Amino acid sequence: MIKRSGYHGIPRWIYVIAAVGGLLMVLPLAAMLLRVNWPQFIPLITSESSLAALGLSLRTSAASTALCVVLGVPLALVLARGEFPGQRLLRSFVLLPLVLPPVVGGLALLYTFGRQGLLGKSLELAGIQIAFSTSAVVLAQTFVALPFLVVSLEGALRSAGSRYEAVAATLGARPTTVLRRVTLPLVLPGLASGAVLSFARSLGEFGATLTFAGSLEGITRTLPLEIYLQREVDADAAVALSLVLVAVAVAVVGLSYGRRRSSTPVEVQP
Amino acid sequence: MSFELQASVRARNFDMSISLAEGETVAILGPNGAGKSTLLGVISGLLRPDAGTARIGDKELFKLDGDTHFWSPPHLRGTALLAQEALLFPHLNALDNVAFGPRSAGASKAAARKTAQHWLAEVEALPLSDRKPSRLSGGQAQRVAVARALAAQPELLLLDEPMAALDIHAAPLLRRVLKRVLRDRKAIIVTHDILDAYMLADRVIVVEEGHIAEEGPTRQVLERPRSHFAAGLAGLNLVAGTIAPEGITTPDGRVFAGQHDPDWSPLPGQAGVAAFPPSSVSVFLGDVHGSPRNSFPVTITDLEPYGDQIRVRASGVQPAQTLSADITPAASADLGLVPGMEVRFVVKSALVSVYPA
Repeated sequence: MIKRSGYHGIPRWIYVIAAVGGLLMVLPLAAMLLRVNWPQFIPLITSESSLAALGLSLRTSAASTALCVVLGVPLALVLARGEFPGQRLLRSFVLLPLVLPPVVGGLALLYTFGRQGLLGKSLELAGIQIAFSTSAVVLAQTFVALPFLVVSLEGALRSAGSRYEAVAATLGARPTTVLRRVTLPLVLPGLASGAVLSFARSLGEFGATLTFAGSLEGITRTLPLEIYLQREVDADAAVALSLVLVAVAVAVVGLSYGRRRSSTPVEVQP
Repeated sequence: MSFELQASVRARNFDMSISLAEGETVAILGPNGAGKSTLLGVISGLLRPDAGTARIGDKELFKLDGDTHFWSPPHLRGTALLAQEALLFPHLNALDNVAFGPRSAGASKAAARKTAQHWLAEVEALPLSDRKPSRLSGGQAQRVAVARALAAQPELLLLDEPMAALDIHAAPLLRRVLKRVLRDRKAIIVTHDILDAYMLADRVIVVEEGHIAEEGPTRQVLERPRSHFAAGLAGLNLVAGTIAPEGITTPDGRVFAGQHDPDWSPLPGQAGVAAFPPSSVSVFLGDVHGSPRNSFPVTITDLEPYGDQIRVRASGVQPAQTLSADITPAASADLGLVPGMEVRFVVKSALVSVYPA
């Protein structure tokens, strides 16, 4: 461990600006905390619609995180280790949802999976309807959350290098064995933090969900949608539910990062 | 089963062909960037040459020529690679690291662990079974890596400077372990260390600039080096030229007197080399009287301590030629030697051996 008494090389004025930045993050949360109607807090968050929204949010976020892992691990692998034409283009497209307004993503999904959409027409004939269903919520969340997992895992794969994989192959391990027994265990911290980020992003997803899945109570109305709806009619309920969302997000991020910080990180040399 | 390889990699100016008899260990020596690691990469399947063929016994490793493009992937080759760093899988303990090869070959967990214990015992590392790699010293990790490579039952073991990253206390034990496990085993060991070649290899191949500069039995190459690299390893000065009756004639027309091999009759005009130890060289200032034959002007480039002597490095008339002389510190002080000084090297012809290049 590096002793904290060493030389930092950070100018003092940097601390001032950093403090302003920190306040920008913390102050709004504090302001919201001050507005919470504490006597009514429990009834507000345990109302039928609130519980339905919270449950739906947790379920769909878990599902889209799982989908992100299933689709994102192969994507990160081919982007980090593969060699094929159009690799840079593919990376740009995978990262696009990071900068795209979620509403635009939702529209794009609608024109793909909607009734009149690119794939939607065929799916409709097969009796499958995606738009304005819970599946649409999961799909919208996966669309916006996938880049978080891919970016985090691709970084981990790149910094780990592929020397362990080369050794494993010369020891007689097939590529699938190398992936399962060497690559994935080595990048597990990166995969875990990517999954946490994806979950957090899914939990907060609003724009794409509203556009693509609508706002049907118990089916597509996730917590952020419920909060937006309540804001119009019952500000106290909106604030209370926002606090729940903050608590869940803090718990998820804090739990996984806290645990990783405490265990000694595995040193992976490139 | 013998091993044969011929391969070329144009981008690296690499073109070599080598072969190993059953049970033979060959040391590859050469300066950095000579193509030693490229060779191991090509054999193990981590690097694809532009053209060439390789086989172990009947098993083809690759065949790349005009029409055929056969390339077998690393995991089907049976050529375990041991690198400079142990590269033990950090998430597995020593036992499971060694069991990795047998497990990949389809052995059950119990059987693989049993094999692993055997090989850990063989490298004197059985007590370390439960340790994670982060809790092993460099030498311990490298011994476990040797066990891991052997447990995969490779037909050809590739060692890429296995001792280079170890401190001087850990190297002797690993060298002893390697000497035991490499006996009667086909292995190629890339090394910088002359001691590794002496102790571990039956034969030495010296590579320079992607090509084989010389090869032969370890003793012969070190006692009668023909390449500057091997001469440097053996601690000898080497002067190249053509054979003359009393020694060799250097390209600039100077005659270098020395002793011919008694059981060898040289043909005048044949390419030859003269080798002599730095201890046979004396250093003089100014002109030498009494005209000893092997005397030539040089410019001192470096002075460095060498045992209880001072090694004087100097460049000769031929620009690429570097020669060394070992003299006592007192003599060095008397002569007032400093880099850049022009002095005269005199070599006793009785200590110069001349043989064909």
